[in-house]
Amino acid sequence: MMIQFNPADLIAILPELVLLGATCAILLVDLFLKPAQRDITHWLSIATIALTAFFVWRGAPAVGEGVSAFNGMFLHDGISVVLKQFILLTSGLSLFYARNYMRDRALWIGELYLLILFATLGMMLLVSAGSLITAYLGLELLALSSYALVALNRDSAASAEAAIKYFVLGALASGLLLYGMSMIYGATGTLDLARISALIGQVEHPGWLAFGLVFMVAGIAFKMGAAPFHMWLPDVYHGAPTAITVFIGSAPKIAAFGLAYRLLEGALGPLSGQWTLMLAILAVLSLAVGNLFAIAQSNLKRMLAYSTISHVGFMLLGFVGGSPAGFSAAMFYIISYTMTATVAFGMIALLARAGFECEEIDDFKGLNQRSPWYAAIMGISMFSLAGVPPLFGFFAKLLVLKSAIDAGFLWLAIVAIIFAIIGIYYYLRVVKVMYFDAAADDAKIPLPADLPLRWVISLNGLALVVLGIAWGPLFDWCNRAFGV
Amino acid sequence: MTFELVCFYFFATVAGIAALSVISVKNPVVAALCLVLTFFSMACVWLLAQAEFLAVALVLVYVGAVMVLFLFVVMMLDVDFTAVREGFVRFLPVGVLVAVVMLAEMLMMIGVRTLQTPATADPALLAGMSNMEWLGHTLFRDFLLPFEIASLILTVGLIAAVTLTLRKRTGTKIQKPSQQVRVRREDRIRLVKMAAVKKGEVAP
Repeated sequence: MMIQFNPADLIAILPELVLLGATCAILLVDLFLKPAQRDITHWLSIATIALTAFFVWRGAPAVGEGVSAFNGMFLHDGISVVLKQFILLTSGLSLFYARNYMRDRALWIGELYLLILFATLGMMLLVSAGSLITAYLGLELLALSSYALVALNRDSAASAEAAIKYFVLGALASGLLLYGMSMIYGATGTLDLARISALIGQVEHPGWLAFGLVFMVAGIAFKMGAAPFHMWLPDVYHGAPTAITVFIGSAPKIAAFGLAYRLLEGALGPLSGQWTLMLAILAVLSLAVGNLFAIAQSNLKRMLAYSTISHVGFMLLGFVGGSPAGFSAAMFYIISYTMTATVAFGMIALLARAGFECEEIDDFKGLNQRSPWYAAIMGISMFSLAGVPPLFGFFAKLLVLKSAIDAGFLWLAIVAIIFAIIGIYYYLRVVKVMYFDAAADDAKIPLPADLPLRWVISLNGLALVVLGIAWGPLFDWCNRAFGV
Repeated sequence: MTFELVCFYFFATVAGIAALSVISVKNPVVAALCLVLTFFSMACVWLLAQAEFLAVALVLVYVGAVMVLFLFVVMMLDVDFTAVREGFVRFLPVGVLVAVVMLAEMLMMIGVRTLQTPATADPALLAGMSNMEWLGHTLFRDFLLPFEIASLILTVGLIAAVTLTLRKRTGTKIQKPSQQVRVRREDRIRLVKMAAVKKGEVAP
């Protein structure tokens, strides 16, 4: 028997192959570089991400058509194209934001780039998963790289604690997810997501499906950081080096959306009557926990971590409809959130310097006097997170609320609005501290920033305004991906 | 009695005796070697049952890697085995209980198997291949992509392990042969001119 191999499969997976090949090349090149030449690794990594994004763009399938490769293990459709582009964009941004921060702390090593690139590869494979096994393996590739990234600063006890927590709870979440997958596999007898969806109606014992579904929802909620599975999130965001927080707080959220979509809608779509209710409960809890706990935080990284939980709750509002329009709104929301969060975390990394983390809210006192421009960018990101028009975050919130109301979850939309209003308080506190409080004594120290970093964070911040005003094309793109 | 049956009885007896001696011999190194023998005999039994892949994996993974590591640990660590053995009589009831429960479970499983519908035909036999060949085909054709991703995960594990554990330690006595070879006489010996002095005389 000949091994059948379809060369067209390689075309479908070309962007991943390019990323993998370039990552391996960087791995080898970095070995021969002196620490002073680390900039070469830095720019090579950014070029790699740009090149991969180019191939994703070139290889994008026609609208409404999906390509499946490797016996259905790998799906390449409109959804994966949008998600991949934004995963690559936010990963690239976090590479820019990481450089100075890590250099000041003697953590500027080649492995930083390798792990981020491997994590990016894992996310790309995850959002293209066409089978339970590729979804799980992509997730593990991402998770394993993230654990190592959090632990990168070995001399910091907080980092080590965060990494251990992340590792143990991440392993637990993987276990839950795998257990759910095994139940689904046992009930349907196939690993292929599309076939699971087709076979669900003919399953002999639907009880096993519901059992598997509960575990899978729990696993996904763990990975997303939705309450009540959110315990790891604040500690990990706080303990990790800020440059790493930029990364794990942004791109993996998009990948988590992809995971949830592929598993819940792709495989268990016929059971949406059951999981939409579970997600509605998760959404309410996340909104409550995220917004209420964030008020009490004095540490900006922890505050943003709790705000992430509340944003995940908001994103789930799009899911509860279980309709393509809802998923499209949820995707738009998660893209808007990650674009905004990169600015907020990136600003913390930018203002930090050797021996000073700049992660307390009080550290932002009087930022306007020190640098009106940075204060404005940070202000834009805070307003966008709060959902103030006409910024990016406002329209994202509007669209998910609309999709929840359309789906008949009016009560959920009202709860979400109440908590969003509570949330505005703690975002505005940061703005108040920046503009109306006197600067601390060390205000004379010039703000450290090199030119590329300054440009990138400014563009990232301005993009929030531009996309807030002209959000139509991006939303159309999301809609086209889901065929709305 | 066919040749296969003779082989089965031979390997099964060896495995049984070796397993018993693992828990009865005094010397831990001998016990570990007996465990190797048990594994090896069981691998032969599996070969007879046409499960070649399992047999090869058992020999390669357990005998080749795990047991060698185990032997290293046993030889390098100074474990006081008399202390380990002390509680034998005291914990005997618990041990017996666990053993009885395990035996009962095993017997139940064998009972369940006879109740079940017969297993589906062996896909390897249907395809006319040995099961190792069939596994290889499945792994490298149907599951090629997951297999490659798994290898990436291992690579990341390797990179992460090195990143998190490798550190430059100070104070190690590393020898640099190139420097040792290149050393010159002047680096090591210093000739000092001193005036010749007789005993008891004061130097000028």
